Order: sequence, then C-alpha cells, then structure tokens
Amino acid sequence: MELDPLLLSRIQFAFVVSFHAIFPVFTIGLASYIAVLQGLSFKTQNPVWEQLSKFWTQVFAVVFGMGVVSGIVMAFQFGTNWSEFSRLSANFLGPVLSYEVVTAFFLEAAFLGILLFGRGKVPQGIHFLSAVMVATGTFISSFWILSANSWMQTPAGVELRDGLYHVVSWSDAIFNASLWPRFFHMALASFLTGAFVVAGVSAWFILRKRDVEVHRKALSMTLWLLLVIAPAQVVVGDIHGLNTLEHQPIKVAAMEGNWERKTNVPLLLFAIPDQEAEKNHFEIGIPSLASIILAHDPNGEVPGITDVPKDERPPVAIVFWSFRVMVGLGMLMVLFAVIGLALRYKQKYVKSQWFLKGLTYMSFAPFIAVLAGWFVTETGRAPWLIYQQLSHADGVTPSLTGWMALFTLIGYILVYAIVFAAGAYYLMRVIQTGVTQGPEDESEHPEQRAKRPLSAAGASWELEEQQS
Amino acid sequence: MSEPVFDLTFIWAAIIAFGVIMYVLMDGFDLGQGILFPFAPSEESRDVMMNSVAPVWDGNETWLILGGAGLLAAFPLVYTIFLPALYIGVFLMLAGLIFRGVAFEFRFKAKTSKYLWNWAFAGGSIVASFAQGAVVGAYIQGFEVVNDVYVGGAFDWLTPFTVLTGLGMVAGYGLLGSTWLILKSEGETQEFAYRVTKRLLLAVLVVFVAISLYTPFVDEFVSNRWFSGISVIWLLPVLALLCAWRIYSAVQQKRDGTPFVATMGLFIFTYFGLLASKFPYVVPPSITLWDAASAHESQLFLLLGLLFVIPIVLVYTAWTYWVFRGKVKAGHGYH
Repeated sequence: MELDPLLLSRIQFAFVVSFHAIFPVFTIGLASYIAVLQGLSFKTQNPVWEQLSKFWTQVFAVVFGMGVVSGIVMAFQFGTNWSEFSRLSANFLGPVLSYEVVTAFFLEAAFLGILLFGRGKVPQGIHFLSAVMVATGTFISSFWILSANSWMQTPAGVELRDGLYHVVSWSDAIFNASLWPRFFHMALASFLTGAFVVAGVSAWFILRKRDVEVHRKALSMTLWLLLVIAPAQVVVGDIHGLNTLEHQPIKVAAMEGNWERKTNVPLLLFAIPDQEAEKNHFEIGIPSLASIILAHDPNGEVPGITDVPKDERPPVAIVFWSFRVMVGLGMLMVLFAVIGLALRYKQKYVKSQWFLKGLTYMSFAPFIAVLAGWFVTETGRAPWLIYQQLSHADGVTPSLTGWMALFTLIGYILVYAIVFAAGAYYLMRVIQTGVTQGPEDESEHPEQRAKRPLSAAGASWELEEQQS
Repeated sequence: MSEPVFDLTFIWAAIIAFGVIMYVLMDGFDLGQGILFPFAPSEESRDVMMNSVAPVWDGNETWLILGGAGLLAAFPLVYTIFLPALYIGVFLMLAGLIFRGVAFEFRFKAKTSKYLWNWAFAGGSIVASFAQGAVVGAYIQGFEVVNDVYVGGAFDWLTPFTVLTGLGMVAGYGLLGSTWLILKSEGETQEFAYRVTKRLLLAVLVVFVAISLYTPFVDEFVSNRWFSGISVIWLLPVLALLCAWRIYSAVQQKRDGTPFVATMGLFIFTYFGLLASKFPYVVPPSITLWDAASAHESQLFLLLGLLFVIPIVLVYTAWTYWVFRGKVKAGHGYH
C-alpha cells in the first residue's frame, strides 16, 4: 500500500489541532466568567461569589495547563509537516504566530500567577484586575491565531516577490476580509462553551444536592447569559456565512450540498452527497429556504459546487455534514436557553430532573459544535491551504515520506491518548471535589508556591485517598 | 557578503542566540533532574529533586516555544529546514517533554501510581535531552539543501556523531542537574549529587574533547576558522576547560554554589565556541543568517513587541528564582 504523506499530514494536523482547540475554546470563555465572579465578589462581598470563583479557577488551571502542553506541539507542526507553506508565508505568518506566543508569554508571566495563587495574598482589587487581564489576554491570543487563519481563507495585504509572500500592508493582512466575523463567531462560541460547562456542572451538583444554593446562583446567571448569547450566535453565524458566500462561494455551495448554480435552492435537512456523480442521494429539504437565508430572496441565486473544476472542489460530504452537526447543536443550545427562561417560574429550573440532566449532557455540545465548525471552514477551503493561491499539495514538506508521517501520527495519537486521558480523569476529580472541600493553602510560606497552572488544583489523584 | 554586520538580522540573531542559551541553561538543569532520577538514593531524594525545580520548570520551557515561533518569524529558513530534517527527532523530543511535564504535575498528586510517573519523568527527560543533543550534532554536520528546501532523508540526523552529541547532552544536562542539586539540597541527596557530579563531568569532558578533535577534521570551514582565523577565539575552549577544572575543585572542597555557576560557565563558553565555529552559517554548509532572514519589515514588526515583553519576562523570572531561593527540605513541597 502506498502511504500518502499529504493525506497523513492533513489527518495529523486535524488531530492535533482539534485536540488542542478544545482547551482554549473553554478557557477563553471560563476566564471571562471568572473575571465576572471576581467582580461580583469584589462589589458585593458575598462569600458565594468567592467560593464559585475559587472552584472555577481550579478547573481553569487544569484546562489551561493541558492547553499549554498541547500548544507546544502546534508550534512545531507548521515546520515539520508544512515546511513549504511556512517558508512561503513566513514573512506574514511568523510575526503573527509569534505575537500569539508573546501575548500568552506575557499573560503567564504577569497575571496568571496572581490569578491562580494570589487569592488572599494580594488586595482583592488587584486580584480582580488580574482576572480581567487574563480574560483580555486570552482574547488577544485568539485574535492573532484567528488573524493567521483568516488570512489563509481570505489572503490580503501581501504580494509575491521571488516566490515568497511579502507584507505590503500589515493592517490589510491582519484585518483581512474574514477576520471579524470569524473572531466574533469564535468569541461567542467560547462564551457558549464556558456557559454550558458551568451550567452542566452546576446542574450535576444540584442533582446530587451538594452545595445547592451556591450552584443555583451559578446556574441562574449562566442561564440568563445563554438566553442572550445562544440566539446572538445564530445571528453572528449567519453574518459569517454571508461573508463566506462573498469570499469563498464554493465552501458555501458544499455546506448547502448544492451542485448546480441555481435559484430557489432548498435547505437540505438530509442528503448523501456523491462527489463522483456530482449529485445528492436521498435529499430531504425545505423548498427555497437556502436561497432565502443566503440571498434573502426565494429567487436568490446560490453558487454550485460544479462552478469549479473537479480538482478544486472540497470533500462535499464532510463539509455538508459537519455544518449540519454544528447548526443542529446550535439550535439545541437555543432551545435549552429558552426552556431555561420558561422554567424560571417558581424556580422550576432547579427542580426539573430532566432539564438538569439534559444540561449535564449539554456540557459536551459546544465542544462538538466548535470542532464541527472548524471542520466546515478548514475542509471547505480544500484543496487550498491559502485560498486559491497555494494548495495543500504545494504546502506540504517535500522531504516527508508516508511512513514518517504515519509514524508521528500514530505517535501523537498514543501520547495524547495517555496524557489527556490522565488529564481528563484528573479534571473530573477536581470537579467532584467541589466548592466546599476546596483545598486550603496550608503551606507555611504561602508565597513559596509553584507558579504552574496545574499546581493550583489541589485534588488528589486517587479516589481512595480522598475518602479516607 | 555585502550586508552590514550590525543590522536588524544581526539583532535578531543575538535575540535567538540569547533565547537558546537561556533555554539550554534553564531547562537543562530541570531536565537533569529527570536524567538523575533513576539513580537517586531514595524516594525522599526524588521528592527533593522534583521540588527543587517544580516552581520554575514550565517557565523554563516557554523559552522553547518562543524560540520556535521566533525562528519562523525572523529566520524562516532555519525553521523550515531544521524541522523537516529533524522530523522524527522533533517528535521524540516533544513526546518526551509532554510526558515529563505531565509527570511533574501528577506525581505530586499520586500515591499508588507514583512509580509510573517516576518512569515517565525519567524517560521523557532522557529522550528529550538526547534529541536536543542530536540537534546540535546535526547542526554541526550540516543539512542537504537544494533551492532552500531540505532534500535529505529521514535519518540523516542520526549518525554516530549525533549519537555522541546526544549522549554528551544527556551527560551535560545531567551535570547541570547535579550541580543545581548540590546548591538546592542537603544530607543524602547532596552527597549523591556530589558523587555523580564527578562522573558526569568526566563524561562531558570525554565528549567535549571528542567533538573538538573530530569536527575540524570533517569540516574544512571549522578547521580554517580555528587554525588560520582569529586566534582570540581560542580563549573560549580555554575558559571552558578552566570552568571544568573549577567544577572539580569546588566539588572536592564541598562548595555549595560554585559547581553550578562553573557548569553554567562551561556551557556558555562551549556554546560561544560552537557559534564561533560556524558563524555566519545558520544552516550549514551553505545558508548564512542573512540568507535565512525574513523580510526586513517582518523582523521589525515583531521586534517592537519583543522589546516590550522580554524585559518583563526576565524580571518576572528573576523574581521567581528569588522567591524560591535556598535549600529544599525533605517533606516541604511547593506543590
């Protein structure tokens, strides 16, 4: 069997980046939530906010730590597997990716330590400020990453000289056409992730009747938040889609499963796209709705996949179905937010077993939705690495052989399986430890504490020890 | 070369060179704890060893990430030739660093599964150190490059020479680790550290001499640099050997801090010697730092941010080391 280094590199990148992405998408949202809790605590001096903030800061520490570990791998992927892409675009990509690292570096150096270990040791106002700065820092970090990605989708501000990209306008390149829709879509996704995890964990505690009053407060405030951001995400997602329609019409055609450019395009609820036959099997759709959504007119024209030659088409089935998974979960999130409002009456939301159970499961929904969304936008760009300028095939490392790529792909899967199984297990332990049993700092020299993210969590590894 | 020597590219080379030696010295002594881990006299000693670096190791490793990203921004050809050429080695290094990093956190929180994390910590540290040493060897060896693209094979980096430099790096990090431990510990742990320091010093010197004798013979450029070039660079190996002697005498006198300081000196002078051998080539045998540089405006754009951040990071780093100064007592963890 011939091993294809290109395909294996794409699978490897998809694997490591998906694995990495779930951590920051959660910490970005959670950092803002912690900042809000700190602010409430500072303002009202109600100990409940302090308890909640302490608990969620421990969760934050573990997830942030795992994000850093998986991020180290990402810093090298561009060179090991995509060296030609890196070489050609380094003049833009290098500084932008470095700024992401620099922001994270600065954040860790200056404020993360105070947030994680400064509780009770620095004035409350400074502690609150650190939480705000960490939250801001996570957004700045993601801004740079999304700028780099958006530039690959909608390249601008550069010209080719001697075969290499040179930046002619930093502002055009950084603030390229798809940056802001992508940024706000991602920012809301992070808030949704943070909010659904907080809601799910709070529901889990309420179901078990542990510290009900504390977690009811957390659940109540996240349900209000969800009521705003879940529908807002639908609007921003629509804007993002229209932006894609303008700049990457073939991606939208694949999302809609629309093969021929035409008017009155139905919104397909189900279909099995056939790349070879250039059509769908078993279509079920709502007449003209895709035209209405995309062109705000039933007679609106929607681009077709056959607008471009066969070798310039993305894998339609992956884009089509990932898009449906994302949108479906998004609708489910809106539904839960609305039900949460309906159950406000007589505080039914803390009594309804099925609602609380449902929320517990919904903790996973935003993660799946985020990954599905990235699958849409990344595979939807295929076969291009830099849209309509550089293909995957031209960006891959020339010296890479199939078995080298296979070796590291299997290697990363094994390493991640062991390490992150351990991490996820430990995270569960931290969560189960709960708010009231949070570890006190018994160290004789409290200032002499490790400044590492994970050491902020105090839960023990083994279950037995906790109970004895 | 018609380019002026003191330009933006040169500033960037100085920044990257500074970052590399910062990383080597700082992550070196904490990787060293992992290298010494299997030989530690007791489990309490292992606790002390880990505790002596626990507060600082992840800060040390962030220099590696900054180095990776900084290379892509300032010297893309180094990034896009080294990483493909060292593909398998880079993976092994990352896997090693991940395992030891996670072991750091979870060993403290485990009891029955502790021995597993001990192995992860030692194995990860040794593999990562060896891979880094092999990178140094591969750099001395040079890379097969056509039109700015690496065209060699998957294992060009793995030769008897790079195995030697890999083992040398394991010994060298071990030495940094053992002298750091002398500074930070007492009792049986310190006795152990004094003991292994002598052996590790011998191993490092053997590799040091072997490389110094071997390199000028296989590399005409290096031999010209040393034997017909500027004679002032001979000061570097002399200073390195003086440091080695100082390590030995300080261990004999049972001094606390001097062995570690002298080991850092040994590393720094050897490092400068290495840079002096190859300058201005960053991807030997053909690519100079000016060939490998990114566009002027790209280097400038990032420099503005770095000039702001690096001083803050340095101050914070210094402060952390100050807070955690002094001996680590058994049973007093930072975890």
